[in-house]
Amino acid sequence: MTAAGEPLLRVEGLRVHFPIRRGVFFDRTVGHVRAVDGVDLAIDRGTTYGLVGESGCGKSTLGRAVLRLVEPTGGQVLFDGTDVASLKGEALRTMRRRMQMVFQDPLGSLDPRQDVESLLSEPLRAHGLGGGTAGIAGRVRELMDAVGLPSAALRRYPHEFSGGQRQRIGIARAISLEPDLLIADEPVSALDVSVQAQVVNLLEELQRRLGLTYLVIAHDLAVVRHISDVVGVMYLGSLVEQAPSGVLYDEPLHPYTRALMSAVPVPDPVVEERRERILLAGDLPSPANPPSGCRFHTRCPWRQETRCDDEVPVLRELAPGHLVSCHWAEEIRDGVLAPKSPEEVAAIQGVTVRATGAEAIESDALVQGLDEPIERR
Amino acid sequence: MSIEAMPPESGLRTDVPVLEVEDLSVTFVRRGEQPTRAVDEVSFSVAAGETIGLVGESGCGKSVTSLAVMGLLPRRGVQVGGSVRLGGTELLGASDRTLRRLRGSEMAMVFQDPLSSLNPTVPIGTQVTEVLAEHRGLGKKEATAEAAELLDRVGIPDPTRRLKEYPHQLSGGMRQRALIAMALACSPRLLIADEPTTALDVTIQAQILELLRELVVDTGTALVMITHDLGVVAGLCDRVHVMYAGKVIETADRHDLFARPRQPYTGGLLASVPRLDAGRGVPLTPIRGSARDAIPWAEGCAFAPRCDNAQDDCLTEVAGSTVPLEYDGPGRELRCRHPLTYPPSPTGATSSGSTASGAGR
Ligand SMILES: Nc1ncnc2c1ncn2[C@@H]1O[C@H](COP(=O)(O)OP(=O)(O)OP(=O)(O)O)[C@@H](O)[C@H]1O
Ligand SMILES: Nc1ncnc2c1ncn2[C@@H]1O[C@H](COP(=O)(O)OP(=O)(O)O)[C@@H](O)[C@H]1O
Ligand code: SF4
Ligand code: SF4
Ligand SMILES: [Mg+2]
Ligand SMILES: [Mg+2]
Repeated sequence: MTAAGEPLLRVEGLRVHFPIRRGVFFDRTVGHVRAVDGVDLAIDRGTTYGLVGESGCGKSTLGRAVLRLVEPTGGQVLFDGTDVASLKGEALRTMRRRMQMVFQDPLGSLDPRQDVESLLSEPLRAHGLGGGTAGIAGRVRELMDAVGLPSAALRRYPHEFSGGQRQRIGIARAISLEPDLLIADEPVSALDVSVQAQVVNLLEELQRRLGLTYLVIAHDLAVVRHISDVVGVMYLGSLVEQAPSGVLYDEPLHPYTRALMSAVPVPDPVVEERRERILLAGDLPSPANPPSGCRFHTRCPWRQETRCDDEVPVLRELAPGHLVSCHWAEEIRDGVLAPKSPEEVAAIQGVTVRATGAEAIESDALVQGLDEPIERR
Repeated sequence: MSIEAMPPESGLRTDVPVLEVEDLSVTFVRRGEQPTRAVDEVSFSVAAGETIGLVGESGCGKSVTSLAVMGLLPRRGVQVGGSVRLGGTELLGASDRTLRRLRGSEMAMVFQDPLSSLNPTVPIGTQVTEVLAEHRGLGKKEATAEAAELLDRVGIPDPTRRLKEYPHQLSGGMRQRALIAMALACSPRLLIADEPTTALDVTIQAQILELLRELVVDTGTALVMITHDLGVVAGLCDRVHVMYAGKVIETADRHDLFARPRQPYTGGLLASVPRLDAGRGVPLTPIRGSARDAIPWAEGCAFAPRCDNAQDDCLTEVAGSTVPLEYDGPGRELRCRHPLTYPPSPTGATSSGSTASGAGR
């Protein structure tokens, strides 16, 4: 066992690159999607780390790589001080038990042919836990109680439940093996507003009671702010900023974080009318062909020639626990640099975007939904 | 830049609201199954240059309402009642030909999933020019030029090149823009947007909402915004109708609604959503149960099983009738027997932090 001061999870230089293959007769690798491209992060015991970013920025892939559901291309995952890649056999099984996942789509992740009782007792049986049939039956009832479902529901099948109830079943299953780390990938985004709050509260309550550590992946910044101690913002496979939740929302430093925050609608017309919005030009560039230098430079209102286009910014600590990867973070914070309007950004990028980055790869099923940087006139 | 306003179609009047929906009901009847009433006596109207919001959780009847207005519901197995008037002209029971002519020229719709509403095998440009050719009788060359201008207007870069591309070659945000461009092709007087940004990232959502905002201001289009996101409503809609289980349960101007929700369901929704500008640890107060727990309106109030304010007279058994939608002060309507109440306010009260008795905050 390691010292309590050591983070439960430490990710160092994690990279996951997916090959893009083409060709009719034999596969040719024509490039790579750099889904996760050098991420460092650490999660302390009993805390919640929230990971946010736009669709396709690599959040889920990062979560899956931590669990080794995908094989990392490079970097390390240290769980409780042990390099996960070095584990084999029984040790790997134990480690897997200690990290569990809650999925976005509760229906898709639950076997429709099993009733709730068998869904919940199966993992216990598989790991030889729970202490025999009677013990397992007792434990299953405890789990149902913990997630606020009546025991009467045990005989029912997943499709007979509402979305929120299914997510409760998914959570019960994930905590059944008494894990230390729970990775929740968009745990509430498929749920109705009123039900989201129930599941968020449940996750918080379970954390308090069981001392769980969470990695919560979500695109909804308000949910992440609410639930997390520390928040990391991802853009095109890398972390661009990380800070304690309150600090990040009070003083976002990275231009992307600022834009993201200003784009989240707040359910209050008074606030909405007074807010300053930072609109971004264009779409997320393709992770198969990321921009050179700072990856955000194609959309950044504060971009400075030519450093932003050429030099990759590193994640550096500007205040205790507040990390940001922007060459001009201090100048932006102090108001020395002024932002350009999205139209100006688009106009400038209209000429330069295509010249930067590697050779263009045609749109591909794998990178569907993503597009080359915008070149607006 | 802006599209010249089209002369109003003969027969459509300008001195009445663009859209008037009165007691609209939609019932799905499947053989061997209980008929389900998806929309139950819904009424609202939209004037030129106005944006109204229909909000509620999934399944409450928002999409069915919009499809009924557009005349896009299947003919079989569906019973539609009430009245839908576009510029004074009744649409319910109108011929398919009339409806097809009005869709595209006078009213248009933008859907949640842009990919499924664009034809995947036809280039974007052709899809836009077809609309222009059909409804405005433009020739090929004119239509192409106009299409490029429309794409440019909705912020699609390099429009002439994009015209030749297929929907799958565009990102989600661009597809939604293309769809909006098609909807705008004939400067419709009414635009219905059904969760137009739900599938998009927030930074792209912000772009699309800005586009819709400009559209309403520049062209005076009447906009019906359908969404489950209270934040989107707060920023965009002038008036808001909250729906539950097929019925409107509360109507108010957006400032009143957010500052003083009266229906316990509206209050519950607002207490459920985490706010970006609230501190960590501010507890959320969810509504208990889910929309599945609704009881039939005929039994009183569909929300009763989840309502903290519910009392015996919320049930028909005791009160003798379904809870009605009634006048609730200027500009407001309410369907509730025991609404949230507020202490008489000192001047300048805002929604943030206002307390509601019984809201459990
Ligand atoms: N198995 C795979 N093969 C190839 N590319 C993949 C694979 N899985 C993910 N990708 C690509 O990696 C990138 C990151 O994907 P990921 O699913 O991690 O995004 P995400 O941040 O979770 O997005 P979302 O918010 O949409 O869930 C995307 O470009 C995606 O297309
Ligand atoms: N074609 C259909 N046949 C039967 N029921 C339907 C059909 N379309 C919608 N419904 C039902 O009508 C109700 C309202 O649906 P909808 O308007 O799509 O909800 P939302 O508010 O989420 O848009 C739901 O209960 C739904 O199941
Ligand atoms: S490094 Fe340059 S382009 Fe990147 S975020 Fe900072 S200012 Fe913008
Ligand atoms: S009528 Fe009764 S049950 Fe319905 S919302 Fe009002 S108080 Fe609640
Ligand atoms: Mg994902
Ligand atoms: Mg819908």
